[in-house]
Amino acid sequence: MTVESRTAQFESISLESGASLSPVSVAYETYGELNAAKSNAILILHAFSGDAHAAGISSETGKPGWWDNMIGQSKAFDTGKYFIICSNVLGGCQGTTGPSSFNPQTGCPYAISFPVITMGDMVRLQAKLMDHLGIERLLAVAGGSMGGMQALEWAVNYPERVTAAIVIATTARHSPQQIAFNEVGRQAIMADPDWCGGNYSSSKPPGRGLAIARMVGHITYMSDESMREKFGRRLRDKEKFGFDFSVDFEVESYLRYRGSQFVTRFDANSYLYITKAEDYFDLTNGSGSLAAALGRASARFLVISFTSDWLYPSYQSQDIVRVLRRSNHDVAYCDLPSNYGHDAFLVDVAEQSEVVRGFLASTYREKV
Amino acid sequence: MAAAVDAVRKPFVGELLGRSDFAIIGEIVEPGSKVLDLGCGEGELLQWLAENKGVEARGVEISATKVRRAIARGVSAYQGDIDEVLADYADGTFDYVILSQTLQETRNPLTVLRDMLRVGRRAIVAFPNFGHWSVRMGLLFTGRAPKTGRFPYEWYDSPNIHFLTVDDFDQLARQERFIVERCFFLAGNRKIGVLPNLLAEEAVYLVRK
Repeated sequence: MTVESRTAQFESISLESGASLSPVSVAYETYGELNAAKSNAILILHAFSGDAHAAGISSETGKPGWWDNMIGQSKAFDTGKYFIICSNVLGGCQGTTGPSSFNPQTGCPYAISFPVITMGDMVRLQAKLMDHLGIERLLAVAGGSMGGMQALEWAVNYPERVTAAIVIATTARHSPQQIAFNEVGRQAIMADPDWCGGNYSSSKPPGRGLAIARMVGHITYMSDESMREKFGRRLRDKEKFGFDFSVDFEVESYLRYRGSQFVTRFDANSYLYITKAEDYFDLTNGSGSLAAALGRASARFLVISFTSDWLYPSYQSQDIVRVLRRSNHDVAYCDLPSNYGHDAFLVDVAEQSEVVRGFLASTYREKV
Repeated sequence: MAAAVDAVRKPFVGELLGRSDFAIIGEIVEPGSKVLDLGCGEGELLQWLAENKGVEARGVEISATKVRRAIARGVSAYQGDIDEVLADYADGTFDYVILSQTLQETRNPLTVLRDMLRVGRRAIVAFPNFGHWSVRMGLLFTGRAPKTGRFPYEWYDSPNIHFLTVDDFDQLARQERFIVERCFFLAGNRKIGVLPNLLAEEAVYLVRK
């Protein structure tokens, strides 16, 4: 399935900080067909470094989507049954307005004059996109990690528009440890002299800082066990230690490779803005308690965590489930066994598919 | 006695999903009610109740594999330990709280029963009867912890940590002032009317406070 990204543009969006952006563009892709009743639409919400290209083969890059193992004909998000939408988040760098976009007032990139955005702002832009596509009510919103945070925001802020929320490997509020890892990433970027206070040129981005930020990120996405399995203590292209600071271990080589790859596709300032939005994320903001916040939701919930995920540990999902249970919300929850750490929702998808498929089918059967 | 009358009127009970206790539960539960199934396994009973009785179904299951299969069949089940999750629910949240073949596996059966009758207006409890004659004979003649069709486990790997008999349950119901609305005693697919503590392999109780 070859797919193309499209772009919708809106006059403006007002932000939680009080600032506003105008105009604002959003890149999105769709898969499958919207039915006549417009009752089969599912919005997929991407994680930190994701984009609108969730499934199929991009006509532009020839690459498969980031959740291609979950979305497609007869897959968990069955494009034969459902109409699937995925858009790049506000503040991103893959077609939606972000710090690397041109500010029409100055003719230069926004850089760090871009207003600080929140998870709620990202979701508000997605809601505009749903209006644009004529979709009143979503059968489901679904996402892992930062995508799960957006799914929670959707369920709480647009209860009348969400029938079901699929919330995977995520939290209702960023923890100090999660903020800490994000801060290390931001500091790595800002300590790179090429960052230039945010005003770097696209030909000379703060590549070393951004690569280090990504290396740290990758460590948090894996688990002790998955790293032992994948790399062990194997040496890279050598029989014995080099007794220098070149690459000795396979794991070093992997992290360096991932870091350098990331620099070619991701904007350093977007990294700062999106991690900040994650860190500000706390579903209880403005509600006082998680119970009050989730009390506004009317969706049916599916919550999934993974046993080896230490970045978004299972207890954070269980906190959400417990609060939903206390108010007798309709909630299904499973702590799926996996060795893949936080990455499990992207790579270890057999059991996740089984659960999502059944949950969606029963939601579609009973609630629509 | 209600059970005796039930047994005389209809001495055999069919099976629902291959189980006679499910057949009785399926008969007891009123259409459109709110049901919580503790230890719901793969959610077969809840799915049947949702599809055939239109109940609003919730399930708790401790096994990741089973809860996954329950969700996959469309049941709103969540992974958790019954001993802990019951405390989360407000009083009178459910019309029925079901505990089928699990009472003898809970750490604190009395707490579970009390909580079932707090969060539910009625409790349905199905349990294997440790007072059945075959269990008694086994212990008497072999001098070893009984192993029967209902209790196939070695003593060291049995999930059953609180054995009880029909008389034990009756005694506890009196002590706790639970009102037994209906009770069914089964040996295979046959309802037992007399000497249930000796003849029943399993019992199904419908109780309220």
